Order: sequence, then C-alpha cells, then structure tokens
Amino acid sequence: MKRFWILLLALVVFAGVSTSTQAEESTTAYVGAKIIPIVGDDIERGVLIVKGGKIVEVRATDDRKFADGTEVIDVSGKVLMPGIICTHSHIGGVGGGDGSGPLHPEVRIYDAINVRSSGFRRAVAGGLTTLNIMPGSGHLLSGQTVYVKLREARTIEDMFIMLKDGRIAGGMKMANGTNSQRDKPFPGTRGKSASLVREMFVAAQEYRDKIKKAGDDESKRPDRDLGKEFLIEVLEGRRVVHHHTHRNDDIMTVLRLAKEFGFRVVLHHVSEGWMVADEIAEAGVPCSILIIDSPGGKIEARNLIFETGAILEKAGVLTAFHTDDWITDSRLFLRMAALGVRAGMSRQKALEAMTISGAKILELDDRIGSLEANKDADFVVLDGDPLSVYTKVEQTYVEGVKVFDRSDPEDHLHAVGGFGAGDDQEPYLCCREHEDD
Amino acid sequence: MNRFLHGILVLALTALVTVDAIAADVAVRAKKLYTMEGDPITNGVVVIRDGKIAAVGQAASVNIPKDAKVFDAEIVTPGLVDAHATVGLTGILNQKQDQDQLEHSDPIQPQLRAIDAYNAHDPLVEWVRQFGVTTVNTGHAPGELISGQTMIIKTRGNTVEDGLIRETATVAVTLAKSARKGGDKSPGTRGKMMSMLREAFVQTQAYMRKRDSKDPEKKADLDFKKEILASVLRKEVPLMVTADRANDIANALRLAKEFDFQLILDGAAESHLMIDEIKAAGVPVILHPTMARYYGDLQNASMETATTLRDAGILVAMQSGFEDYVPKTRVVLFEAAIAAANGLGFEGALRTITIDAAKILDIDDRVGSIAVGKDGDLALYDGDPFEYTSHCVGVLIDGQFEPGETYKQID
Repeated sequence: MKRFWILLLALVVFAGVSTSTQAEESTTAYVGAKIIPIVGDDIERGVLIVKGGKIVEVRATDDRKFADGTEVIDVSGKVLMPGIICTHSHIGGVGGGDGSGPLHPEVRIYDAINVRSSGFRRAVAGGLTTLNIMPGSGHLLSGQTVYVKLREARTIEDMFIMLKDGRIAGGMKMANGTNSQRDKPFPGTRGKSASLVREMFVAAQEYRDKIKKAGDDESKRPDRDLGKEFLIEVLEGRRVVHHHTHRNDDIMTVLRLAKEFGFRVVLHHVSEGWMVADEIAEAGVPCSILIIDSPGGKIEARNLIFETGAILEKAGVLTAFHTDDWITDSRLFLRMAALGVRAGMSRQKALEAMTISGAKILELDDRIGSLEANKDADFVVLDGDPLSVYTKVEQTYVEGVKVFDRSDPEDHLHAVGGFGAGDDQEPYLCCREHEDD
Repeated sequence: MNRFLHGILVLALTALVTVDAIAADVAVRAKKLYTMEGDPITNGVVVIRDGKIAAVGQAASVNIPKDAKVFDAEIVTPGLVDAHATVGLTGILNQKQDQDQLEHSDPIQPQLRAIDAYNAHDPLVEWVRQFGVTTVNTGHAPGELISGQTMIIKTRGNTVEDGLIRETATVAVTLAKSARKGGDKSPGTRGKMMSMLREAFVQTQAYMRKRDSKDPEKKADLDFKKEILASVLRKEVPLMVTADRANDIANALRLAKEFDFQLILDGAAESHLMIDEIKAAGVPVILHPTMARYYGDLQNASMETATTLRDAGILVAMQSGFEDYVPKTRVVLFEAAIAAANGLGFEGALRTITIDAAKILDIDDRVGSIAVGKDGDLALYDGDPFEYTSHCVGVLIDGQFEPGETYKQID
C-alpha cells in the first residue's frame, strides 16, 4: 500500500512537471505560413505564437524579436487554419439507446466510445480537432452526445471538454422521419412520433415543477429520474438538441416542437432544408449539413442537393458542415467545404462552416473555431489551399500538442490507408439495410 | 457564379439548336485538350461529324466547318468511362421496387442480363453524366457468388437499346464477404465458394462437349446459365471477380489459371499486397472507389493503391462501384480525383477513367480517347476536372450535347 502511495505521488509530481514544462513555460512561434484565421483577414506571411496550449498572438511577420526561449518553427510555404470542427460524427463505434424503445434521454454516448478506434486516427489526419460524437438516428431520442477534443487519449475522460458549471460538454440527439419509425415499440407514423416527443417533454416539465415545488423539503421531492434530469437541462436551454431531420415537413415539425417547449436546437442533415430556408432563418435555428456525392440512397434524401449550404447562406442561417463519419470520411472533410463552394457557397462561409460556425453551434466559440489570441491552440498545417483536392493535411495540433504528422509513417498509414490501418468491424449504422442517417 | 450559370445557359441554348439540326458538325475548342493519345494539346480543337470524331489537333491545324455548332471550354477530356457501376439498376430511392442489382434466389445466376434490369430514366444516370461520365460498365452488383451480367452503355438515351455498346460485358463474380451466407445456406465459406465455382465450370465444360455433339440423342438441351459460362470459357466474355482480401484475390487468380478465362480483378482492396502475383498473371484491376468505406474486406484499402498498381505496370481503372446505402452512386470523377492527389497525378488518374478503363473493358476502339474515328464523346470543364471547385459544363455523347452541372441560381 505504501508503495502505491509513493508511486502515485511520483506520478503527480511527474505530471506536474511535464505539464509545466510542455504546456505552460515553453512558447512556440510558427512563422512564415499563410494564416487563415477565419475571424479576420488572411495573413500572407504570418506568425502564430502558442503558449500553454493557448494562442498568444496571431500577426503578420515583422522585425519584432520573440521572447527568450521561444521555439521558432519555420512553416514558410504552408497554410495554417484553425482545427476543424465536426458537428456530427459517429467515430468510436458508438451506439446510444437500444431497441427497447424510442426514447433514451438517460443514455450517455460517452459510455460507448472506444478511444482506440482507428476512426480517431483518421479524424486527426483530416485536420479535425473537435467532434460532436452522437448516437444514431434510429430513435426519436437516442441519447446524449458528447463534444470531444482529439487529444491523445487513454480513456474518454482524456477527450472531454469541461464546461464552467462542471458538466461535460454535450448535447441531446433526436431524430424524426423514417429512421425512427420502426416496428413496435417504436412509432409508426410522423404524427405518433411527434406526440411521443411532446408527452416526453410534458412529463419532464411536470417533474421539474415537482422539484421546484418541493423546494428544500426532501420528503416532497420526486425520486431521481436520470432521463428527466437531462431533459430538464434541455428545457432550460443548458443542453442543445441535435436533431436529425431530412424532409421539409419534418424540419418544420422540429421547429414547432422547439417553439412549444422552448428548447434550443440544431437541425442536422436537412436534405430538404433548401425548401424551407427562410423558415429556418426566421426561427433563428442553425443547421449542420453534409454533402453526399449523389442524392437518394433513402427516400428522404432524394432531394439532397450540393447547394444547400449556399441557399442557407443566402437565407442567413448559421451553417456548419459535418462528416457524419462513417457516412463520409473524416480524412476528406475539407472536400465538403470545397463542394459547397462548387455549388455557390462563398469561400469565407464555407471555411467558417468547417470551423467557427461549428464552434458557435457547439457553443464553444469562446475557445475554438478561429486563430485568435486566448483561444485553444487547435490548428492545422496544410501544404496548400484548403479547398484544393491536391492539398494535404501535414500536421494537426490540439491545444498546442501535435496529434498528427503526415511525415510519421504510422500517421501516414492512417491518412491514406493500407495494411493495418482500418477496422474490421463494420461501423454502427442504424437501419442501414433500409434507411439511415 | 452568375457567369458560370450564364455559360450554362448559352451552352444549353446552343444545344437546343444542335438537336434541331442533327446532321450539323460539332466542334469543341479547348484551352487544353487531353486526348489521351499523347501530350495534351494547348488550344485544341475536336470536330465531330455524324457522331464520330472527324478531326482533332491544334486550332491552327484543324478547320472548323462553317456550319458547325461550336462549344468552348477550358479543359476538354474524352467522355469519362466508369469501369464498374450499378447505375440504372440501383435506383435513387433505394427501395425494394427500384433495386434490381441483386437477385438472391440462387447464388449462381450468370444468365441474368443487365439489359433487362436497366432504367435509362433513373435520375442517377443523369447525375453521373452531368459530371462528365459518358460510358458505364453497369449491371449486377457484387453480393452473390455469380450475381449476373454487366453491360456497357452510354449515359444517354430513352431506352437501354439507345446507348448500348455491349450487351454482355462481363459476368460478375463475388469472392467477398458480401456473397457468403449464414446458417445452412451456401456458399458459407471461402472453400465452398471456390468449389461451387469450379463445379459450375466443370459442368459447363461437359455441357459444351454435349452441345457440340452431332448425335441428337447426346446433344444437351439449351441451358442459359451454362451458355453464358461457356462464353466465359471461350474467352468471349471476361469474368469480373470482386475480391478485396489478399486471399480472395489469390483464389481468383487460381481459378483463372485452372479454367483459363479472361479475368478482371474488381475491388482489389488488398491488391497492394499482391502486386507480384497480379502482375505475373497479367490481370487488370478495376479498383474500389478511393472513397469507399475502409472496413471489413476493405479495412486495409489505401488511397495510394492505384499508384502502386500503376507503378508496377498493372492496368488499372477506377470505378464508382456498388453502394447499398449513401451515396447511392459514387461519381468516378471524384474517386479518380483522390487517386490523382495521392500519387497518381493528373494524367495518371485521368487514364483510369478514360483510356485505361476502355482498354480493360475492350471498348478502346470506340471510347476512352480523342482520336479520329472514335465516338464523339467529350467532357467539358471550366478548370482542372479533379479540383473540387471546378465544374463540368457539358458533355457530348456521339456528338449530342447534354448539360453539365447546373445549380440553383443563387444571387
């Protein structure tokens, strides 16, 4: 036992030392690259100064000397942009609620994530640094989502983003349309789907009211209900709903329910969002979208078009792209922004949709999403323009720590594939045979 | 964007005129013309007469006929050839009623013709065409031991007959997990797959002898299944074997050696582990889409495999492949782009969706390059076709214009 305590002490001391030397004391300046800060104009030859996992300064190169002890890294000819944010990912072999019913607000997705999944290696190879990992869309409410930083991790805790109130950052995943309409005990129609969701929220409201009414009198307080506890967070706007929805009328149903119960929502996929873009804008609700190489594959996606991003941009809707990984490959996520531009999106909004817009949607824009002083040092080193097919992600940094380096053979393997790179296991995709995500 | 749409409009109007005057010559002027028959031509011109290429060369050396309908583009390539697709059989909705790529009643059904299952009006045919794809090898999908036939068709026409290049292009065989069954159904294992294929060919050999018999008593009755397998054994139709794992590729090569048929390896995710064997067998590869999902049989797939194969001197084509989910069809232009960016380079990648695809499918006398006498199939782009932000502004199929990408107008 004594030996254990000594070991623990040693670890604590060691950890303390390593943190202070690596993250706090040393300053690193990345010099000479074109910097695309996203917020603010591009800098043709810039300097990015990082200390303690945070960005200290972003500016053009000039004659100023760096502080003593600054490690200067020449990145001339490269392009630096913020770490890429994916607002909808299924990496980690994740499953949320099971087949026992359509509503699982008590299920936490982070209890299901394998941090050793090769998907995470591929994600950093694509320049991703922050993900919203979600359960699937086979339920009206399949569980809680978790926002993670792609730090090197031994357990999921190593990836968490902690909120100021001590909670683990994350949202709530909901879905409507055909994915969540299944055999019993699932709903069979859209009307039934909406009524089940309304009943769920009404019950959560009543539960909340009972707690309030009980006040300090513990004897009057209802028994703990894990699901309703999280639904109260949703009702109070402290947990955002990430809502899978494709068809124009399903989108309107989400907006209607959000209005009725006052929850905050992000619309995901919105294959027919272009038909109701003004209504979405009017509601002030953001969208998280993806571009698939062809429409269809399921009835609800028959009208999916490349220009959804452009149409939402014109309507003034805050829009981020997502991979929906495994639906699309995180390694090629930048392609999504470029295809958005192909179909009429502005370059600026397309790049924002990979970074700051996603940060806003995840309500983390005070920490990530742009290269600005005091934000987390999450950034990507590219060898060319982010929207070119020929451009490669060379390095990815999370909080100042390099988590991907294409020149490393093992990282290269994960960036392009090859023997030992992939997973034998099929990804979890609800309803794949018929319909899904 | 507006200028782009304006360009589309002009092209579209021109096209209407073209349809009215079918006999008129068509000329295409390209700032850069990739003929795939030598170096690209700066300021190139292609003249199409009666649907065939009548002249090609530098602007200074090619006369554009006076009445010709003229199209201009930054970059012009041969109409793209998708070496293996399922468009027309795998409909856009992905519902039972529009999925005709796999018939599960029997694992061995080489008699199933693609022409009987093709919907020329499925929106995904037009979808791939708008990006420059003018020819597809499409048909029965991987997923049964012998799932059926594929055909080669142009992506234009009212009926399957209109665009058909070859009715039976390949017989599709699957040596992959997707064709192995559970429970008491066969084939359940790799060993059983191979034994069933060997039996089918041995029985076909016996059938061929009996069909040739002069003695009416001994002459075998016509058997659709064996007829088509006989054409494989006579090397009239190649066997396109989908095999991704190295051991499945080895099985395909072994089978081809035993029965001496013409083999095309399909998928071939682990072909990078089997370079020497594939090269020794002289077999071409229609590689899995570079953006396929890398799990299961494809867990060791690589975006660099096309480069590895090309560098070894193996003929390689790109495919859109079969997808049972989304995207319901991939676009071979996009798949080749990823290969271009991962070592294959621009022209190397373009070969995999033009001339090399045509060679593997044995249709290079008609399509795959821009040369006098070949079909008037061209793809027109406003920039590097592989760049994500470029557009296909139109295609010509047998000299007939079809629009390229059109996007809803955004002011």
